[in-house]
Amino acid sequence: MSKFKRHTGKAGAGKINTASLPDIVFMLLFFFMTVTVMREVELKITVKLPDATQGKKLEKKSLASFIYIGKPLPQLQAIFGSEPKIQLNDAFKEIDDIQDFIVQEREALDESDQAKMLVSLKIDRETRMQIVTEVKQALRRANALKIMYANMPVDRITSLN
Amino acid sequence: MARREVPDIPGGSLADIAFLLLIFFLVTTTMETDTGLMRKLPPLQDPDQEISDDQQIHERNILVVKVNKDNMLLVEGEIIQINELKDIAKEFILNPNNAEDLPEKVDKNIPYFGTVRVAKQAVISLQNDYGTTYGVYIAVQNELLAARDEVKNNLAMQTWGIPYDELDEERMAAVDEYYNAPISEAEPKKIGGE
Repeated sequence: MSKFKRHTGKAGAGKINTASLPDIVFMLLFFFMTVTVMREVELKITVKLPDATQGKKLEKKSLASFIYIGKPLPQLQAIFGSEPKIQLNDAFKEIDDIQDFIVQEREALDESDQAKMLVSLKIDRETRMQIVTEVKQALRRANALKIMYANMPVDRITSLN
Repeated sequence: MARREVPDIPGGSLADIAFLLLIFFLVTTTMETDTGLMRKLPPLQDPDQEISDDQQIHERNILVVKVNKDNMLLVEGEIIQINELKDIAKEFILNPNNAEDLPEKVDKNIPYFGTVRVAKQAVISLQNDYGTTYGVYIAVQNELLAARDEVKNNLAMQTWGIPYDELDEERMAAVDEYYNAPISEAEPKKIGGE
């Protein structure tokens, strides 16, 4: 015990050297800057993904194409109505456009990757199945058979959404 | 002209500036990990193609799951709640007591397991209405996938003590063969009105 007392008595409370603080903070900063991905598409619809427990992680994002389905944003409802619509890239599209979209997306990939292409469906949980089914049929026609129903990962499903 | 000495730039606020930027990026980062239920759509079928006898699946080998426009769940003719679905699906896949109305099992030679009795033809058929809510549809798919994954996981744990997800490809394929039970999404049809 006496050892400690003597020690503190002698040295006093020294100032912590903060010269390296900016370096540390910058390091963190660069980490977050590189990790941050700015959203590449601007969503014009509201998408609240359904809950699921069995979701698997999307391994290679570059192989995925995204199809969004949901109600237009409130400020756009005056123009586009409140019925669920399909968004591909940045614009509202119809069912018939999906086939072209898939072909385009597929051609954008390397030839070796084309077979691994995956379509991620980001669909609002309140959407009716009719439009979803039509999209699925369009995907089958376009021969894009690997799909992923995007979901919110949860530990357990509490209610029927 | 400039005879004055250049004063040192104070660096004390550097950390503050960096912190500010750091906090900005911390807040905007969404570490978005995309997760989803992986499924495979069936290729388009030739409408003229006739189903031959051996392609037709016997009634006991199908678990029919229907979801109507009011999001009610009908399994094998009975209305059930979503939380009952997993156990029903598991029992269907396993058929532990070799019940008459559950999938029939046939002998099959599978690597690692030897000759075992498996329900080769078992199929889970999911049918939904045009009016079904997507969230409910996903919940049902989720339960069915959960049941199948659990069964496979149990088998992997019993045999090797390794979870299914960590098996190598060959063993995974063997387990897949053991409990095949594909989940088929029926051709869309309109059951009942809007």
